[in-house]
Order: sequence, then C-alpha cells, then structure tokens
Amino acid sequence: MISIQGLRKSFGSMEVIKNVDLDIEQGKVVVIIGPSGSGKSTLLRCLNVLETPNGGIISIDDQQLDFNKSVSKKAIGAFRQLTGMVFQGYNLFPHLTAMGNVTEGLTTVKGQSKKEAEKTAGQLLAKVGLADHKEKYPYQLSGGQEQRVAIARALAMDPKVMLFDEPTSALDPELVNEVLRVMKDLAHEGMTMAVVTHEMRFAQEVADEVIFIDGGVIVERGAPADIFNNPQHERTKKFLSLLQ
Amino acid sequence: MFLNSIALSPERIQRLQEIASTSIGPLIEGAIKFTIPLAIITFIIGLIIAIFTALARISSSKILRGIARVYVSIIRGTPLLVQLFIIFYGLPTIGVVIDPFPSAVIGFSLNVGAYASEIIRAAILSIPKGQWEAAYSIGMNYSQALRKIVLPQAARVSVPPLSNSFIGLVKDTSLAATILVAETFRRAQEIASMNYEFLFVYTMAALVYWVICFILSIIQGRIEGRLDRFVGKSGGLS
Repeated sequence: MISIQGLRKSFGSMEVIKNVDLDIEQGKVVVIIGPSGSGKSTLLRCLNVLETPNGGIISIDDQQLDFNKSVSKKAIGAFRQLTGMVFQGYNLFPHLTAMGNVTEGLTTVKGQSKKEAEKTAGQLLAKVGLADHKEKYPYQLSGGQEQRVAIARALAMDPKVMLFDEPTSALDPELVNEVLRVMKDLAHEGMTMAVVTHEMRFAQEVADEVIFIDGGVIVERGAPADIFNNPQHERTKKFLSLLQ
Repeated sequence: MFLNSIALSPERIQRLQEIASTSIGPLIEGAIKFTIPLAIITFIIGLIIAIFTALARISSSKILRGIARVYVSIIRGTPLLVQLFIIFYGLPTIGVVIDPFPSAVIGFSLNVGAYASEIIRAAILSIPKGQWEAAYSIGMNYSQALRKIVLPQAARVSVPPLSNSFIGLVKDTSLAATILVAETFRRAQEIASMNYEFLFVYTMAALVYWVICFILSIIQGRIEGRLDRFVGKSGGLS
C-alpha cells in the first residue's frame, strides 16, 4: 500500500530524515513513536508532501512520486488526495461550520454539488458522533469534537491512507478517549493508518506494528508486544523507560 | 472689534440662511455625482490592485516581488497631490491627455492599491500556516486554498484597517478639486468665491464629508458583525 524507499529530508544543514525505508501493508495500523525532534512528524508530513523530501521514492496505491527527480505541483496535488491528514492542532477552518469543514473539499476539489457533499458529510459527522453539531462553528466545539470534525474532513476525501500527527497531544486528558475511539473504529474497519502518537495504550491495543524513530532513522520496528515488552535496542529501552 | 465681526445681525442670519439653502443642493450633488462614486470606484479598483500586489509580494517569484515593492514604494513615498498633478497636468505634455474624473480614478486607485496591499499582505500572513496545510491536505491547490480558506479569513482581519482606508479615501477625494473634478469641495470653493462666506461654506462642505463618513462607520460596524459570526462575540476565546 505504502512504500517508502531511501527517503531523505533536510532543513537547511539539519538532516531530519536519513535514508528511511518503510512499507505499510493495506489495512495495517502503524504507530510511529520516538523522542521529540526524532523526525517522526516530518516522516508523516513527507507522506502527503507537506514537506518536500530531498530524495527518495514514495508510492501509495499505484501512484509514485520520485523525489530524486523534480516533481510537478500537479503530481503532488493528485498524490495528496490519496492520504488524509489529521493534525495535532486540528487546523479546522474557523470560518466554516462543522458541516462546511467536511464539505469544502468535496465541493471545491472533487466538484460535487452542495447537496451531494452534505449527504456524505452528514454521514461522516454521524460516524464520528457529531450528528448534532453539524451547524456549529469550530469555536463552539470542544477540542475533542474539533479533532473528530477534522477526522471526518479527512475521511470525506476518501483517502487510501489516514495519517495522524499526534492527534491527541493538544487535548485535555478527558477528551483523548473520544478521539482514540473514532480512530479505533477506523482501524477495525480496515483503514490503513500511520499514527504518530504518545498514546502507548492505543499503540498496544490497535497497532499492527510499532516503529521507533530516533535521529532520523528507524531504530527498531516490530509488533507492539515485542517493542514495548522486549525492546532490543538501547535507545528504544531508554525512550520507553522515560515514558513509564 | 473682532467680536463685532462675528456678531450676527438679523440681516446676516437671513443671508446665511439663503446661502445655506442655495448651496446645500450643489454640495450634495457634488457628493452624489463625484465624491461618493469616485470613492467607491477607486476603492474597488484599488482593492483589486491591492490583492494582486499583496499576492505578488508574498509570492516566490523574485521579479513579481520586486515589481510590487517598487510600486508600493513609489506610491507611498510620494504625495498624492503630486501624483494627481503628474497624471492630470504632467502627462498632457507628453501627449497623454486624460479627463479630470478618469485622472482622479487612476490616481486614487493606484494610491489605494499600494496602501491596501500592505493591509491585505499582513492579513494573509496573519492566517496560521496550519490553515494552508489543512487546505493542501484535502487536495486543494494554491489558488483554491487562497480563495476558499485563506482570503475569507484574511478579509475578516482586514475589514477594520480597510474601512479606515476607505474613510480616508472619501476625504482624500477632496484633492480631486485641484484637478477640476466638480466634487463636493470644488463646489464649495466655487460658491465661497462668489459670496466670500468662506467659513460658512467650507464648514458646510465639511459637514457633508462628515455625514458620509459617519454613515460609512455604521456600515463598517455591520460588516464586522457579520464577519465575526465565526469567532463569537468574545473574539474566539469562548
């Protein structure tokens, strides 16, 4: 489903992603963990080209971007539609209602009629438990509700892969679970997901694979039980011990 | 002696009443035919120039950025009155003759364009990067993200300063009197030069401007109220 080969990304002289290879199979949930500044968010942002990699090849489904050559904006635009992104800070559009946030991509990008888009959006908002909040503006919603709208907004574009960049890190503790529940449902429905998170319980319960990144390289990867209970690498042990 | 001159005899009061009733018509006519249309037309053209200038200034093209900077620098760095004189009295010497009203439209539009571009540029830059990213992440391209996501939010931020510009523009249109546009102030000059009641007639002209600007500030409040609906009355802190 997703295949990353030789991915490299630098900010100025800082090399943040160093030659990363990674495959994610269809329907799998991969949780990416690692200390801050390890490159885990950058890796995710490279997947939908919010950061342009300096080199490497990314394939999703049957589309491929080769960053060793120059890549056209149009190709990037088409590629982005394969992925849905959920941000740490929600990034909802504040001038649109919950409904408007979800329909915007459908009408503007997919060219659907307003009516058509609202039908899809209504179903998605119901799915994330916000059927009663369609007409509310983001400022009228709690953080957890905002993030669920953001998930619905991403799902509306019918992505092949969902990317979550620390989706619960900005939330009050009591609101974390409502977002994780939606994510678990998605995982059970067979959505392919890449999740950067610090929620180790979520990783243990839902992930098919956990990837530990540090210093821009994949240090260790494996089943959640193996990574959490029996880490092989010193750096992984140290990181996990700090989380206890 | 000085007091004598402002003491109003019954005859003087009657005379001023007559002047008021005969000159208010031409003053209002000047406002309706020239001041207000000039302000509205130039503001619309100016805003269009301003949006493109603002986009040029934040674009990745060095050439576009350069052109926009030079334009803004020249317009902001020279007096509006001088610009109007160059267009109306200067250009004819090289064979470019433009009528008073179009000259004024050109001069004021270029002026509004330069000043408002800075307002719009700042408003666009004030929209968090995450908004662009969210727009891109659902597959929008630059122009879709700009039109659907960023500009609507930037509009809200820029309404108060743009209203200021518009009110300033309404008053600046009085400079068009110097290039023979028969707007409110030029009418006042013409009336006062016949009856020598400078204080009275110019005060009447000032009142006309004030009424226009007062109405504009009410409209501004309404627009802000409408655009505020998505942040709530408390400014988004609720």
